[in-house]
Amino acid sequence: MSATLIALATIFSQLSLLAFGGGNTILPEMQRQVVEVHHWMSASEFSALFALAQAAPGPNMMIVTLVGWHVAGWPGMLVTSVAKFAPSSLVTVSALHAWDRFKDRPWRRIAQRGLVPVTAGLVAASAMLIAKASDQAWIAWVITGVCAMLALRTKIHPLWLLAAGSLIGLTGFGQ
Amino acid sequence: MKHNLASSPTGASVTPKDEAPSVRDLFLGFLGLGFTSFGGALPLARRAIVEQRRWLSASEFTDLLGLCQFLPGGNVINLSVALGMRFKGWRGALAGLLGLIAGPSLVVIGLGVLYEHTQNDPHVRHLFVGLAAAAAGLLIAMAAKIVLPLRRDPAAAAVALLGFIAIALLRLPLLPTMLVLTPVGIAVAARAVRRSGETR
Repeated sequence: MSATLIALATIFSQLSLLAFGGGNTILPEMQRQVVEVHHWMSASEFSALFALAQAAPGPNMMIVTLVGWHVAGWPGMLVTSVAKFAPSSLVTVSALHAWDRFKDRPWRRIAQRGLVPVTAGLVAASAMLIAKASDQAWIAWVITGVCAMLALRTKIHPLWLLAAGSLIGLTGFGQ
Repeated sequence: MKHNLASSPTGASVTPKDEAPSVRDLFLGFLGLGFTSFGGALPLARRAIVEQRRWLSASEFTDLLGLCQFLPGGNVINLSVALGMRFKGWRGALAGLLGLIAGPSLVVIGLGVLYEHTQNDPHVRHLFVGLAAAAAGLLIAMAAKIVLPLRRDPAAAAVALLGFIAIALLRLPLLPTMLVLTPVGIAVAARAVRRSGETR
């Protein structure tokens, strides 16, 4: 097993256990490890992979698979997927019984509520880092801003926003 | 174990079936979900699990989702594991998880291959600038939806702000940041609960 695969396994199993509040909270750490610590890709390549994963169906963690594949091909994809999905799944399985037993204990609600602001800060950090890496041209900032507004204020399906952004990008206008 | 969906009502007040789904049902159910859920799997997961396949009642679903959101990992990924485990043990958990990620993994790798072969083409580069910008916009909207409700709770907002500064501006590693912020967040929540006189 190569050093790269071991590094992927270490990074993503740690991220797996730290992903409180879903996948988007660990994007900054993933980017830090993959871009700044290991120099496997540039920040803009990372956000391109993030964009690809967003355009694909499925849970929003598919960037993990893509990063593993980009770094070390099929073995990388396999190692990264197992490292990312197995540890958190084992936690879920072991918590299943305890959760039912402690259903009505006050601390369960307090812990749940206490994680919300932490998650909020991390997702906001993800949003800023991804936007900064994605948006070099002014037109990109406009697309990001308009998409954010539309996603907040309307019920337009996200896929339409991704498609519209891609089309505007394709014209090359403002780039 | 085959399920006959012919008699299932599709209204709001559906009750779960008596018969538990088989390992195969779990795999195929989540495989379908993985392939069809664009832009986040959660809304579709609810419809598929509660209304279409009737594996859980609405309140069972909400309770199980509460656990999945509380634990580390993607919400729907945890849901596939928890649901599989509950119905069919280890094999069920594995079937749910693999079903959910098999399709999207192949699609995303296909897109990756396409991207690597075409990324030097100026049209593709332009398209990607737009796609990535739109994806960033969606992420900002999602962040806003989580952050905005904290306006009414200054102490929680401060915790969120500290997390944002540590990760986005100082670029600190996640582990130590969470080891510090999680207890603070829980202390803030405990104080808020005490103050409002809630006991449960």
